[in-house]
Amino acid sequence: MTSRLALATAIRIVVALVLVTFPLFGSDFQVIQIGAQSLFLGIVALSLAFLAGYGGMVSLAQTAIYGVAGYAFGILAVSHPSPGLGVGPLVVTQAYPWWVGAIGGLAAATVVAFLFGLISVRTRGIYFLMITLALGMIVYNFAEENYTILNGHGGIGGEQAPRLAGISFGDPRPFYYLCLVVAALLYLGLTYLVRSPFGLALQGVRDNARRMRALGYWPEAHRIAAFTLGGFVAGVGGILGVWYYQTISPGSIDLTRTIDILIIAVVGGLIYFEGAFLGALIFVLVNNFASSYTDRYNTVIGLTFLLIVLFSPNGIVGLGQGALRLARAALRRRPGAGGRQPQDAAAGPAAPAGRAGTGALSAEESSDKIIGV
Amino acid sequence: MEGAVTAVLLAATHLPSSDDVASFLLNTLNGLTAGALYFLVAAGFTLIFGLMRVTNMAHGSLYLFGGYLGWSIADSTGNWWLGVVGAALAMGVVGVLMQQVFLRPIQGQDLREALVTIGLSVVAADLLLAHYGGLTYNFTPPDAINGATDLHLLGLFYPTFRLFILGLAVAIGVLLWLMLNRTRLGIIVRAAIDDRAMVSALGINIQVIFALLFALGALLAGLAGVAGGSFTSLAPGEDGHYLLASLIVVIIGGMGSLEGTAIGALIVGLVEQYGLAYAPSYAEIIIFAIMVIVLALRPQGLLGRPA
Repeated sequence: MTSRLALATAIRIVVALVLVTFPLFGSDFQVIQIGAQSLFLGIVALSLAFLAGYGGMVSLAQTAIYGVAGYAFGILAVSHPSPGLGVGPLVVTQAYPWWVGAIGGLAAATVVAFLFGLISVRTRGIYFLMITLALGMIVYNFAEENYTILNGHGGIGGEQAPRLAGISFGDPRPFYYLCLVVAALLYLGLTYLVRSPFGLALQGVRDNARRMRALGYWPEAHRIAAFTLGGFVAGVGGILGVWYYQTISPGSIDLTRTIDILIIAVVGGLIYFEGAFLGALIFVLVNNFASSYTDRYNTVIGLTFLLIVLFSPNGIVGLGQGALRLARAALRRRPGAGGRQPQDAAAGPAAPAGRAGTGALSAEESSDKIIGV
Repeated sequence: MEGAVTAVLLAATHLPSSDDVASFLLNTLNGLTAGALYFLVAAGFTLIFGLMRVTNMAHGSLYLFGGYLGWSIADSTGNWWLGVVGAALAMGVVGVLMQQVFLRPIQGQDLREALVTIGLSVVAADLLLAHYGGLTYNFTPPDAINGATDLHLLGLFYPTFRLFILGLAVAIGVLLWLMLNRTRLGIIVRAAIDDRAMVSALGINIQVIFALLFALGALLAGLAGVAGGSFTSLAPGEDGHYLLASLIVVIIGGMGSLEGTAIGALIVGLVEQYGLAYAPSYAEIIIFAIMVIVLALRPQGLLGRPA
């Protein structure tokens, strides 16, 4: 138990150090294209990992909610909209300060998520996936055909990250650190939340809604609350995303982008928060580097996704954990490690009880139900 | 879902009428024919889902692949009908392969099956783009079903091909209904929808039935690909478009119900066309509203049965 915990802590410290010091040795391109982009895509995937892992809700509406935040920011806080693809903006954007746009964007994303939650939480599993996909694509189609508010195909350009205390957050390094801090806060916040009474009840609802109802809980309310919160997280990703791209258009939230977020979360490991960011990093790397070797990088991404779904439903993180488990078992069997053997054997059976309280293990176990092994 | 429509709106403006009644009639016909196409696409989707609980997210890819293949066959042989038949049969084979290779090993895990088909659709979209490029392909249907038909009503003419699609959808709908309700295969399929294990216990090889139904669903997607491609055109992105159309149709109509799919397809087609004609910016909002109302009142869809 202690050795496992120590290993996990060591890995976390190393990862945190690398993330914090990355801008010191990375180039501008690496810091913004790879680093910042992975972080905000990871945030959107994190919202999906939270919903799927702890709520059993594989939502394909997260990209649309991300877009809602971006569009709301554009409408509220773009003073000089730059025309999109050849079509001049017909929309009147407001030149409110950036924080009005940010708060408005988050509020819009949260409200839309609440509405989508109301509509979809009565369904489960595959039906939930279909309905959230349909909802997401309705947002996309609406953005595509609405010229009076959203400027149709061209979208709204000219969004800018704020300047604060002399720091321009549009510059690569400040933007990277902004994304990093926000991602860390959301990661820690959600990690805390899933261990809170609310998080445990949510997992109860995921595993057996009827039993929870019999215990006096109101499963739908928990699921709607979780979906709304997931929408807020996706909305944060949307604000960062719109600062990164400096434009939002239907192309930012189409089916391909929607599937991208699913791919990111699944490749990383749908039930792991770390997996969301790891998946995003892999996705961004493949997108940036495979494209210099082959035009068919989408085939590479699609095949990777296919292999993961077929052979390792818990993604890369699941693979890593499996490898660690194997290594540990191998160590245990070695006669040289005999001195530690009784200790580890004692820790083995005790581990589930010790970790059940954290919720982490039960998410792992229930992954069987989420993707189905 | 705006792509399916532009061509017809153009046709409509050339027709000799500015009368409100005439334009309403044309919009209704546009809606009916769009609904017919949606039915052709969604029927295969709902059949597969109804029997096997497989959400084939690659259904749109089968549509687009079938369309492209039909175009290639029609282009090289000069025969549109050969394109239709060839594409349908080829997609039937592709469908069986897909089911046997990728889906059968993970049978019964519905979410994983959906994810696998999503992966397949990503790969298929990219490979189709590599082979056919980003161009838009147009078919030339035979003269007999091309051109314009005199409606003998208010002096209106209407594209013959769209009427042909309407007839085709009705014919296929009737055939499917007869197959499900009047044949031995249909009895087995309907029994398997209710209780798969019991059907196998009665000595029926359920795996063969699954493969057959998957082939039929994929075949319909391929057929719809040529029909829809001739209706409008073929281009990258149409796969997603028709997958979503199928999703919304079966969500409204009820997953796994053939009659529900017909009703859902008509509703979506009509709402989309009326919306485009009378509230162009908000057609999607109306579809959204209908979906919300249906889901609020009947979460299983209009004619669906509770899961």
